[in-house]
Amino acid sequence: MAKKPISQNLKLASIDISLMDDQAVALLEAPQDKPESMWRDIWEGIYSNKTSLISLAFIVLLGLVAIGTKIAPGVLPYDPFQQNLSIALQAPSLAHWCGTDQQGRDIFCRILVGAQISLTVGFSAVAISLVIGVILGAVSGYRGGATDTIIMRVMDMMLAIPSILLAIAIMAALGKGVEKAVIAIGLVSIPEYARIVRSEVLAIKESDYVAAARVIGNSTPAIIMRHILPNVLPSIIVRATLGISMAILDAAALGFLGLGVQPPLAEWGDMLGRGRSEIFRAPWLMLYPGLAIMLTVLAFNLIGNGIRDGLDPKTRKR
Amino acid sequence: MLKYIIKRLLMVIPVLLGVTIIIFLITRILAPDPAPVVLGEHATPAAMAAWRADHGLNDPIWLQYGHFIINALHGDLGTSYYTNAPVTQEIFSRFPATAELAICAIVVASLIGVGLGRLSAVRKNKLADHASMFVALIGVSMPIFWSGILLIILFAGILHWLPSNGRVSPMLQPTGGTGFYILDTLMRGDWTALRDVLLHLILPTLALSLYSLAIITRMTRSSMLDSLNEDFIRTARAKGLRRRTVNNRHALRTAMLPVTTVIGLQFGSLLGGALLTETVFSWPGIGKYTVDCVLKSDFPVIQGVVLLIATIFVIVNLVVDIIYAFLDPRIKYGTKADD
Repeated sequence: MAKKPISQNLKLASIDISLMDDQAVALLEAPQDKPESMWRDIWEGIYSNKTSLISLAFIVLLGLVAIGTKIAPGVLPYDPFQQNLSIALQAPSLAHWCGTDQQGRDIFCRILVGAQISLTVGFSAVAISLVIGVILGAVSGYRGGATDTIIMRVMDMMLAIPSILLAIAIMAALGKGVEKAVIAIGLVSIPEYARIVRSEVLAIKESDYVAAARVIGNSTPAIIMRHILPNVLPSIIVRATLGISMAILDAAALGFLGLGVQPPLAEWGDMLGRGRSEIFRAPWLMLYPGLAIMLTVLAFNLIGNGIRDGLDPKTRKR
Repeated sequence: MLKYIIKRLLMVIPVLLGVTIIIFLITRILAPDPAPVVLGEHATPAAMAAWRADHGLNDPIWLQYGHFIINALHGDLGTSYYTNAPVTQEIFSRFPATAELAICAIVVASLIGVGLGRLSAVRKNKLADHASMFVALIGVSMPIFWSGILLIILFAGILHWLPSNGRVSPMLQPTGGTGFYILDTLMRGDWTALRDVLLHLILPTLALSLYSLAIITRMTRSSMLDSLNEDFIRTARAKGLRRRTVNNRHALRTAMLPVTTVIGLQFGSLLGGALLTETVFSWPGIGKYTVDCVLKSDFPVIQGVVLLIATIFVIVNLVVDIIYAFLDPRIKYGTKADD
C-alpha cells in the first residue's frame, strides 16, 4: 500500500472546532501511521541514493574507528601521542601513510584518533542546540503572544552575529577545551532550530487533532510533546544531519584558531593549525587532516540530502 | 514604501541593542576576571585591583553596560586592554582591508554563483548541471581555512604564481588615502601597485568566496528551475523569442529575487569567514586582529568587532529587503507582511 507523507498521516478529516469530548477522543485514537514509517522513509531516501548510502557507510566506519581506537588504542600501529623527534616531518611513505608531524607522531593514527573528538563535538553540539532550540521554538510557536515575541527577538539578535564570530566570542569567555567548544557551537545554532520548529508549530497547532487534544483537556506540555513534536521531527532530522556537518566545520575552525583541544590531544582542525608553520616544507601536515574534515562534512551533507529526499513527498519516488 | 523603510530602520535599533546585551553578557559575566590574564599571573593583588578600577570593572554590571552604551553612541567603544589605544581607532584602521576582501569575495561569489546556477538550471540533469552541483557540494563541505591553505600550496608554493600573504608588497604600499588599496592605487594611477594589490587579493578572495559561491549556485539553480516552469516562460517561448533571451531576460531576472536575499545573508557569513581567511593569509584586517585579541582576552576589542559586524550585517540585510521591495511589484508591505 502506498504510504502517505508523515505530515499527511496525522491530518484528520475536517472537524468543527467545538467537538464533543468523545468525538475528540475518537479523533486522537484514530489509527495513525506508526512512527516506523518515518524511519522507513528516511532509510528509503538514503538507500535509493548511492552517494547517500556510501556516505552513511563511511560515517558508520568512522564511528567504529572512533569507538575502536577509544576502547582499544593498541590496535593502532603507532601511538598517536608518543613523540619521536628522530622521525619528525617524514613525508608520506608505506611506513607512515600520511607522514609524520613536527613531533614525529604518525599523522594517519592521529587522524583516526581525531575522529573521536570531531564526531563527539558534532553530535554533542547538535544535541545541545536541538534540545534547547526545539523547546524554545515549540513554546514560542504554541504560546504565541509576548512569549513568542520575546523568544524570537532574542533569536534574531543571535542571528545578527555571524555564528563563527559568536562561537569565538563565547570561547574567548569560557576558555579553551573540547567541552567548551561543544557549548559554544551548540549555543550559536539554537536560533536555527527554534525558527524551524516555530514555523512548523504555527502551522500544526491549528490542526484539528491538536484542537481535539485541547478539548479533552490535555495540558500544553502534553500537547506539544505528544501531538506537535512528532510532526516536526522530519524537518528537525534533516536540519540536524546538516547541523552535524556545520558543527564539525565550526569545531575544526575553533581548533585551527588554537581555541580547541589542548596538546597532546588530536583534533583535525588543531592539527591543521599547528601545521601552518611548515606549509611549504611539509604540506602533508595540513593536507590529510583537511581531507578528513572535508570527507566527513561531505558525508553528513550527502546523508542529509538523502534523508530530505526520503521525507519530502515531492521528491519521493513511489 | 517610505513607511516600510522607516519601520524596518526602527527595528534595527532593538536588534543592535540586543546584540550589545548578548556580547556584554558573554564578555563581562561568562568570562573570568581579565586582570590576571592581562597583567600576568605574577601581578600583585593591589596592581590588579588598581587595573580593574581603572577599567571600571568594579562597577555594578548594569552601570558598566550603561557606560558602554552611552560611550558607544558617541563613537567610543572603549580602549584595548593591551595597547590602550581606542578600540574604534584600532578597528577602523583595519576595516578597509576586511571590507575590500569581503566586497571582492561577494562580487566573485555572486558572479560565478549566479552563472553556475543558471547553467545548471538550463542544462538540468546534463553534465554541466552535475559538474556545477559537484562544485557547490564541495564548496559547502570544504573548511574555508583548508581551501585557503590548498590555494597557497598550489599557487604560491608549487607554481609560484601568486603571493601567499599580506595585502601588498612592502615597497608598493599606498600611504594615506582611503585604506581601500584598489581605490587608492587607481586614484593615484599607480598601475604597478594596483597589479600587485590585485595579485595579493586573488587567493584570499577565492578562498573566502567558495562557501558563498556554493550557496548562491544552489539557490540560483532552484529558483531558476521554478521560474522556468512558469506560464510566462511558456508564453515567451511560444512568442518565438530566442532561448537565450527567454533564459536571461525572463527566467533569470525573476529567479534573481530570492537570490538577492541569499547574497545579502551571505555577506554576514563572509564577514565571519574573514576571521579564518585573514588568519590563513596574514591579511591585516579586523578578522586577524580579532583572533589575536581573542587569544589575549582583550574583551573591549571583541565587543567592538562583534557590534560592528552585526551592524553591517543588519544594515546589508535591511538594504537587500528594501531593494527586494522595489524589484518585486507583487510585494505589498502592509502591516501583516512586515511582521
